[in-house]
Amino acid sequence: MLDRLSHHTLLRHLLLTLVAGAALVALTYGLSPYRSYQLATGAAYLCATAGLTLLVGLSGQLSLGHGALMAVGAYACALTSAELGDAGTTGPLLLLLPLAAAVVVTAAVGGVVGLAGARLHGPYLPELTLTLTIVVPSITTTFADRLGGDQGLSVLVEPAPAGLGATFPLERWQAWIACGAALLTMFLLANLVHSRFGREVRAVRDDEVAARLAGIDVARTKVLVFVVSAATAGLGGGLLAVLTQAVSPGGFSLAFSLFLLMAVVIGGIGRLAGAVWGALLLVVLPDLTTSLADRVGSSPALAERLDGNLSLLVFGVVLIVVTIAFPQGIQGLLSSAAARLPRPSRPGPSPSSPTRSSPSRPTSTSSESIDV
Amino acid sequence: MTAPLLQVRGLTAGYGGAPVLHDVELDVPAGSIVAVVGANGAGKTSLLRALCGTIGVTAGSITWDGSELSGTRTEDLVRRGIAHVPEGRGVITELTVEENLRLGHVWRKDKADGRRATDEVYAMFEPLVRRRGSAGHQLSGGERQMLAIGRALVARPRLLLLDEPSLGLAPKVTAQIMALLRRRCDETGLTVLLVEQNVRSAMSIADHGVVLSLGRVVASDTAERIGADDDLRHAYLGF
Amino acid sequence: MDRFLFLTVDGLARGATFAAFALALVLIWRGARLVNFSQGAMAAATTYVAYSVTTASGSYWLGLVAAVVAGLVIGAGTERLLMRHVDASQPLNTVIVALGLVLVIQAVLGILYGSEYRPMDVPFSRTPLSIGDQPLLSPYDLFVLGTVVAVMAALGWAFTRTDLGLTMRAAAFAPDMARLLGVDVRRMLTLSWGVAGAVGALAALLIVPTELGAHPHATDLVFVYAFTAAVVGGLDSPVGAVVGGLGVGLVLSYVSGYSGSDISAVVILGVLVAVLLLKPSGLLGHTSARVV
Repeated sequence: MLDRLSHHTLLRHLLLTLVAGAALVALTYGLSPYRSYQLATGAAYLCATAGLTLLVGLSGQLSLGHGALMAVGAYACALTSAELGDAGTTGPLLLLLPLAAAVVVTAAVGGVVGLAGARLHGPYLPELTLTLTIVVPSITTTFADRLGGDQGLSVLVEPAPAGLGATFPLERWQAWIACGAALLTMFLLANLVHSRFGREVRAVRDDEVAARLAGIDVARTKVLVFVVSAATAGLGGGLLAVLTQAVSPGGFSLAFSLFLLMAVVIGGIGRLAGAVWGALLLVVLPDLTTSLADRVGSSPALAERLDGNLSLLVFGVVLIVVTIAFPQGIQGLLSSAAARLPRPSRPGPSPSSPTRSSPSRPTSTSSESIDV
Repeated sequence: MTAPLLQVRGLTAGYGGAPVLHDVELDVPAGSIVAVVGANGAGKTSLLRALCGTIGVTAGSITWDGSELSGTRTEDLVRRGIAHVPEGRGVITELTVEENLRLGHVWRKDKADGRRATDEVYAMFEPLVRRRGSAGHQLSGGERQMLAIGRALVARPRLLLLDEPSLGLAPKVTAQIMALLRRRCDETGLTVLLVEQNVRSAMSIADHGVVLSLGRVVASDTAERIGADDDLRHAYLGF
Repeated sequence: MDRFLFLTVDGLARGATFAAFALALVLIWRGARLVNFSQGAMAAATTYVAYSVTTASGSYWLGLVAAVVAGLVIGAGTERLLMRHVDASQPLNTVIVALGLVLVIQAVLGILYGSEYRPMDVPFSRTPLSIGDQPLLSPYDLFVLGTVVAVMAALGWAFTRTDLGLTMRAAAFAPDMARLLGVDVRRMLTLSWGVAGAVGALAALLIVPTELGAHPHATDLVFVYAFTAAVVGGLDSPVGAVVGGLGVGLVLSYVSGYSGSDISAVVILGVLVAVLLLKPSGLLGHTSARVV
């Protein structure tokens, strides 16, 4: 019975992924090259936000260093593509191997950080990952001859395959690559959430002692989640490197890590569907605030100051307001709104929707304290 | 007869909507010691918490010295003359004996009387004198209990709420502390509402006894009679 | 050997400011069990206050006073207006709100002042004085060390000797019991944030002028170093914060002095990982053993 149910979940996710893929491919034919590029960027962000929301929501570990992990992936991707280019590699391998390297290297780094973090509670993991964000630029300048210092590295990218036609825009091809990777990530993560491992992770988050008593290896579980989350961040970083065809430390500042966190919080911590909203906002909000800055800024000097800073400001305010007023995020609001809608009556509880995303944690347990 | 200092009527209270106290009635006359006894889970600690406003009161009234008590902020209780020695004593283990005692009267304007009250406490609980500079975590159980009561007394309260002072103490130490407390009441007119599982020790110093069971008052009489009532003991106190 | 002595003294002077900054973090941690991730950004804002007041008045000292007062107000205001309303049953929430505040403060500073560095003057010479042939520390270093020692001594006195300090400690150690003893725990918490804000402002003002000057991100690194110092010393322990701060200052000074390269951040990460793995409660921290 359980087997069949999980089988169904797998099928449902697969179906959902294929439908979304088809819809995205169709969508790219209607988008301008610039919009296609934005879509691709959003998809790259989605890899990272999906992994981060899983880490924060499912396992309760907070990382402020996912931007740095994306940088690791981006550099791994750039270095690998340079090596392959020197060796004369062409074709799909020149795309796939660097991305694979991005995933593997970042997962390894994530393993080290996760190992250190697995025993930690409270503010120590955020602190450790925060330090990571300042270490990355420092490493790129220390090994400037290899990593290009502040200038960074360029990434070798081939145009769209000739089979797609000579006039096929590069941006559409990029969107396909990034969306494909993002869909694969979402598919895998969605299944992970519903797997036995996903349940163990939640058990660890809710009560480590109880989880240990239930035979779960707490440290191993926490490290593994961190590795998975880092791997997706690495993939996102690798994709960004491929999209921009360059990588530099400036793109992965602490603020960027905080943006990723904001995307996760706004989407709803622990909700994969929410990660989509977050990634979307990461792409759309800077655009909106830039045009707003142009309109508000009366002088060029003021406009320049507003540019960038205005999106920072909006992001910060949103982060605070959402955390205080709507801790369940956009996806949580949508779910509860959907739950309030009158539904056609179905026989029995639907096996899908209720477990879809439930980051609900035990609220204050003081009510259970017992009178002595 | 004058109205009691503390008067509880129809009190229903509990944690997050689930009541653990039902329709409790209680009178604490000024200058007396009232002991509330009952088995584990009878609602003794909850009763004190309800008086202090740390758990929700859903019905009933708590009249303190002629005016309503519920709604008072916890930190204002001591200013209205009510000191609470909670379960587990609440000695702040990181602070020294001296600092714990200073904390007891730090809110008072009359600094000179605060110091006088502190000296009285040292006179009452002599073992504390040589422990002045020791941190709370270095004290024995008995010393902690003395410190906790002493810290409540330096505030010069009119009512002392005392939660299970005998818990974890040797009977001899308990008896000693109880005797000192009784004397203090007789000398200064202090009123005490004492919550105990140890019926014998509670009734030995109390004027009046109340038996709680499953959140309800099942008996209320003079301490002497409560202590001597074997049927009551078997039925509600489990020995 | 001469170089070693110079680097040691230099490291202590820098470490003193990290120690003060770490102490600010410890103050809030003890009171609220949360790390104020916005401490750095708050301090950056106060250095701009100092910059503006000093530029307008021509007096370094007026700027210093203004920065400390601003730190007090920003710290207390953050607790009163923001943190108090966060559902603290989820520790992540307070961290996220603090990070949101970082973005807000840095954005506002960027909009008001732009993103160029604003060089700031110091009141004393930064040329090292020599003893014999040995260059040691500058008058400014002496000023920094003296200020930090004075502040530490004043705080130590206030926390152990005054009634207010006693109630603040009680509120931090045992909030529920403190409330029963008539302590307004919330007000003490607001005050802790205010004091931490003021101390952080002072620390930032001592160190920022020695680098490139006021900037929205000028204190990012200082925050990371100070946080590391606090963790190394034990987040619970004010003395640990001082020891950790001096230690971090020394390590940074030796590393940059002997290797001459920009790997300080990497070394700090190494120190942090080592301490977290070997003694997660910090060198001088303790898991509070409460008696039940």
